[in-house]
Amino acid sequence: MSIVVGKTSKAPDFPIAAKTALKNDQLRRNVAHATNVIRSKRALRVEEMPDWEDLRQAGSEIKAHTLAHLDHYLEEFARNCERAGGKVHWARDADEANNIAIKLIRRYGGIEPGVEVIKVKTMTSDEVQMNHALEAEDIKPIETDLADMIVQLGHDEPSHIVVPALHKNRFEIRDIFRAKMRLPDLTDQPEDLTNAARHYLRNRFLRAKIGISGANFAIAETGSVGVVESEGNGRMCVTLPEVLITLVGIEKVIPTFADLEVFLQTLPRSATGERMNPYNSIWTGVTPGDGPQAFHVILLDNGRTKLLADDIERETLACIRCGACLNACPVYRETGGHAYGSIYSGPIGAILSPQLQSLEHSRSLPFASTLCGACYEVCPVKINIPEVLIHLRGRVVREEQKTLGGKLSAENIAMQTAATIFQDHRRYEAAQRLARVGQTIFKRDGQLTNLPGMAGGWTRSRDLRPIPKQSFRDWWKIRSSQKDKEPQ
Amino acid sequence: MLERLGHTVEFPVQQTCCGQMHYNTGYHHEAVPLVRRFVELFRDAEAVCVPSASCVAMMREHYVMMAEAENDPAFLNEVRSLLPRVFEFSELLVNRLGLEDVGASFPHSVTYHPSCHSLRMLHVGDAPVKLLRSVRDLTLLELPNKEQCCGFGGTFAVKNPDVSVAMLTEKDACVVQTGAEVVTALDNSCLMQIYGGLHRSGSKVRTLHLAEILESTGGLA
Repeated sequence: MSIVVGKTSKAPDFPIAAKTALKNDQLRRNVAHATNVIRSKRALRVEEMPDWEDLRQAGSEIKAHTLAHLDHYLEEFARNCERAGGKVHWARDADEANNIAIKLIRRYGGIEPGVEVIKVKTMTSDEVQMNHALEAEDIKPIETDLADMIVQLGHDEPSHIVVPALHKNRFEIRDIFRAKMRLPDLTDQPEDLTNAARHYLRNRFLRAKIGISGANFAIAETGSVGVVESEGNGRMCVTLPEVLITLVGIEKVIPTFADLEVFLQTLPRSATGERMNPYNSIWTGVTPGDGPQAFHVILLDNGRTKLLADDIERETLACIRCGACLNACPVYRETGGHAYGSIYSGPIGAILSPQLQSLEHSRSLPFASTLCGACYEVCPVKINIPEVLIHLRGRVVREEQKTLGGKLSAENIAMQTAATIFQDHRRYEAAQRLARVGQTIFKRDGQLTNLPGMAGGWTRSRDLRPIPKQSFRDWWKIRSSQKDKEPQ
Repeated sequence: MLERLGHTVEFPVQQTCCGQMHYNTGYHHEAVPLVRRFVELFRDAEAVCVPSASCVAMMREHYVMMAEAENDPAFLNEVRSLLPRVFEFSELLVNRLGLEDVGASFPHSVTYHPSCHSLRMLHVGDAPVKLLRSVRDLTLLELPNKEQCCGFGGTFAVKNPDVSVAMLTEKDACVVQTGAEVVTALDNSCLMQIYGGLHRSGSKVRTLHLAEILESTGGLA
């Protein structure tokens, strides 16, 4: 098995990557501005819904039910998709998915070097690093989503699930377009940038024989596949080419067409603060004379089935990739998406990447959160992200405690010592007294400003009030004994 | 303050920690004895007042699940019986005792930071604000962007110090912007974080737990 989740396995630990991101003022301004805008738009569109909480609950229940019977619904989807003229392929991991795609491209005539395939935004293809796999075979993937195109032309990585180029402002985008589209006089006006993108893409849309898409939904009942988007590039990608290949994570299946009623309300409002997406494309198999005449679906596992066994972990698979948790997250707001070292960033990335790939490659991610709960509050399918984070922290700690290095780590020793102290109030009080004495050498102007070890992470940029001469307990004990002496 | 209202307060000195730090950092096994200890010490209380929203959130969100995993029905029953009697400080006053005016006087300007656990897990709503509005001579100033986390997050503050401080810098800028003399909250942990940044930057804004304001009948020393 070669489970690949973007470039997660080569990423530095979150605290290190975050430190670099925090030094980039332009990036932080871009991220704060963009997330503020999307957050307020979302809030408006959610507040106007009298049944928002019911919709969240319904979405959560549909997903929980589907994941509990995933085998059943996947087979139903595959049957109905093939009955309608589609062909379904099952990919266990990234390599299998990419090899299936490459073989299909070759089979449908994509044999000349540098053959172009057009793509509509698909996080799943970024997950399996499909563009790299295609390029290695001299196939040229053309990203047609504006933000994905910016990322591709700028040799960059997506930093947001819905808005992959959120970390770039229009001046930076203008510079990329100027260089890559050879438009030295291009301005930074949004209309001009959009026009440049339209001109760049138009011929590529028209001449491509093969399109690649992801899917927001795969509907078991009808075998249909759906993509929602804002730019119309998706509609072109799934209708213009002769051949369409759709890569779908297995968790994207929903039981019935009617279930869309819930998700087509919650997804656009959560993702971009729109009442509905400008383009909602749903297609079923092949229609002779209309649209692609060959349709292939690749159902991707890539680590997903591992999550099914555990109640808490399974929740992660309910995600509909709206990105609301990223926009709400105060950590993401400071660092942007790249610090997470994965194409899935923010709170959902912090639980998804380590579970899909393995904790080994992203063990710092479950700790990249204050557990403030803003993600859970906005999640349209009610994934209790803080709960999953705590669960994964437990797994990381237990795995590390199995190694000698983990047992002897400063953190483990501190935690074991604290646990022992907390089990007896006399030890607790003694520790307080000891700390009161010990802290004197770190005091400056009545403050703790330069503590050693892990606590140094605190005092590098923050002061700490020393433990007072009299603790609450001391005060309480004296007070109680005085009270006892008082005449009744 | 509770005694001023005519209640009998007991403080079992054997108590130590609710286990939140261990649990939230991933040391789940290590937290279990602390949960048992808490339940043992407080099981006979009429009402347990916890002046820390995150500790109450720890109890309500995780104690049952932890007890279930222990496979000890007696322990699970005790947890289930105790939890409805556990109240965060402002919950106790407003929801359990039905009070808003506790007879306090505090002639200072105050801004209130709704800590994440009180806001999004306990859903205390405007209980603390009602209490503050009823304090004589107190000027309550709205904190901009108040629902954003201060960046403490328990061990997050030392495991991810740079991000924690970046978040804190935003929070403290909002606090200073209000012009308030005092910032208050239901969690001393957030206040420790907020204080750490304010004091380092030379700000004179004081950090006080809501209980300290409600206890006051005359203001700051």
